[in-house]
Amino acid sequence: MIDIFGIPIQAFLGQILLGLVNGSFYAILSLGLAVIFGLLNVINFAHGALYMLGAFLAWMGMQYLGLNYWVMLIVAPILVGIFGMILERLLLRHLYKLDHLYGLLLTFGIALMIEGIFRSFYGVSGQPYPTPDSLRGAVNLGFMILPIYRGWIVVASIIVCLFTWFMIEKTRLGSLLRAGTENPKLVEAFGINVPLMITLTYGFGVALAGFAGVLAAPVLQVSPLMGANLIIVVFAVVVIGGMGSIMGSIVTGLGLGVIEGLTKVFWPEASSTVVFIIMAIVLLLRPAGLFGKEK
Amino acid sequence: MNRQILGYALFAIVAALLPSFGIYPIFVMKILCYALFACAFNLLLGYVGLLSFGHAAFLGSAAYASGHAIKVWGLSPELGILYGMLIAALLGFAIGGLAIRRSGIYFTMITLAMSQMVFFFFLQAPFTGGEDGLQGVPRGYLFGLLDLKNDLNLYYVVVAIFMIGYFICWRSVNSPFGQVLKAIKENEPRAISLGYDVDKYKLLAFVLSAAIAGLAGATKTLVFVSATLSDAMWQMSGMVVLMTLIGGVGTFTGPVLGAFIVVMLENKIGDFGRMIADTTGVQWFSSLGESVTIVMGLIFIICVMAFRKGIVGELSHFFTARQSKSQ
Repeated sequence: MIDIFGIPIQAFLGQILLGLVNGSFYAILSLGLAVIFGLLNVINFAHGALYMLGAFLAWMGMQYLGLNYWVMLIVAPILVGIFGMILERLLLRHLYKLDHLYGLLLTFGIALMIEGIFRSFYGVSGQPYPTPDSLRGAVNLGFMILPIYRGWIVVASIIVCLFTWFMIEKTRLGSLLRAGTENPKLVEAFGINVPLMITLTYGFGVALAGFAGVLAAPVLQVSPLMGANLIIVVFAVVVIGGMGSIMGSIVTGLGLGVIEGLTKVFWPEASSTVVFIIMAIVLLLRPAGLFGKEK
Repeated sequence: MNRQILGYALFAIVAALLPSFGIYPIFVMKILCYALFACAFNLLLGYVGLLSFGHAAFLGSAAYASGHAIKVWGLSPELGILYGMLIAALLGFAIGGLAIRRSGIYFTMITLAMSQMVFFFFLQAPFTGGEDGLQGVPRGYLFGLLDLKNDLNLYYVVVAIFMIGYFICWRSVNSPFGQVLKAIKENEPRAISLGYDVDKYKLLAFVLSAAIAGLAGATKTLVFVSATLSDAMWQMSGMVVLMTLIGGVGTFTGPVLGAFIVVMLENKIGDFGRMIADTTGVQWFSSLGESVTIVMGLIFIICVMAFRKGIVGELSHFFTARQSKSQ
């Protein structure tokens, strides 16, 4: 058996994989936050609640309608996205002219309501969600045993993140979006329907959260509070990475997940706080964040 | 101005007489602790324009610090409270020093993340009793004379502490220092160009706010003879934002009124839910007591959408508008 710093390589790689899984969620969620923040200037506090909503929709689909994982992997994010667009049209839209803090407070209220409603129906205990049959089991890679579902989470999230990156950086739609982030008035003058673009962007951002929720359902218990603590870590990730760059969000999310996994190996007590400690250090050395631009 | 002093004198008399009306002193003390906490928070949001989402860290750390000092070290209550305030102020210095490096929305996220770190620290640290919290903190004798085990004695002490804390907030805002803070809130680049060291002022305001939040937390420990994790949780930070928002950001009486409303709501919402369930026949409402968060979330949304000045803010706006019309 090969050891790294006195720790069996199996345990070591296992924790790195777990870290990558968490990092995938950080990456998708912080990416969604960054996309929304870019155009709306709103920090979406409801992101964690919508991630929870995605997981619950997957669970409800299976429980009440007998819909399997693959159907819900597509349907749940769409439903979350539609819900997000309704929220944007009804509520958020009226706050753009005000201080950005009001958007944060509003979405905080929305998060409290969504979580409260689910808690009043399902309690705080988690609902188990089975791993889909086709992704059960594990493969022996020689140096480690890889549970297929965990591998799938990492691969699926990276694909979704790269797809988002491609859409924003390389397509016409994305260039409109980036132009809208820079100067919405000018883009509107070119005849682009900016309000519609904002609605769609918000819908897309929260759909990403819903997608992460469905991915998380089989590995984490589906519970009403699953998003509440996660969102705070994701905020720290966003502060570390800075919200200026799409690729930056992805890299920071995955990287911090791995660091968290490694901390679990070497100093388990600090694993829940390591992201916050890194945030403090980054703020001291590079206040704008690793990929952020100083204003 | 005279009318204001009259109002405060009236408040003091009413507060002094409340227990003789048969109102449960612990309940009023709870409201006063939260009201002071909200005033401290409002000092930052209302007068410097900084939204901290991590004020629970200061409430919680002072609650634990004073509880530990009184219970384990055997400090007297007044020293215990001072110690709690000191710890909260030091923590405020550390967190504030980091958070003011960014502005706006980032400031909020940083305070939230740092307070979550403090929460995890309390969850794991050996002296806090983990999930059980710090139980059975003796109230002791104030200055070695006044027996605080008597609820009524403690009540007058808490009223006095609240007034001191409130006065500190009031005095800081109505001082040259407070004027600079308001200038920073209105137009930061202008304040910088006038030669003010903006970061120093922000940090000082943050530390002051943290210390007063600590005063509230330490007092709360004496009232409930315990310090628990819920004091340091992010939900508590959310609650103080709500209190200030309902009452009125940037008003003095607003946070006090907001604290009163939120504590009442928490205590009475179960009864209210059962009442609705009885009249409408919808059974779901009878469980409203367990889902306070739904109602809090709803109030948040209503406040932000339609009621941004808060109750006190809207009222004073209404009266000044009427006054200027009649002139």
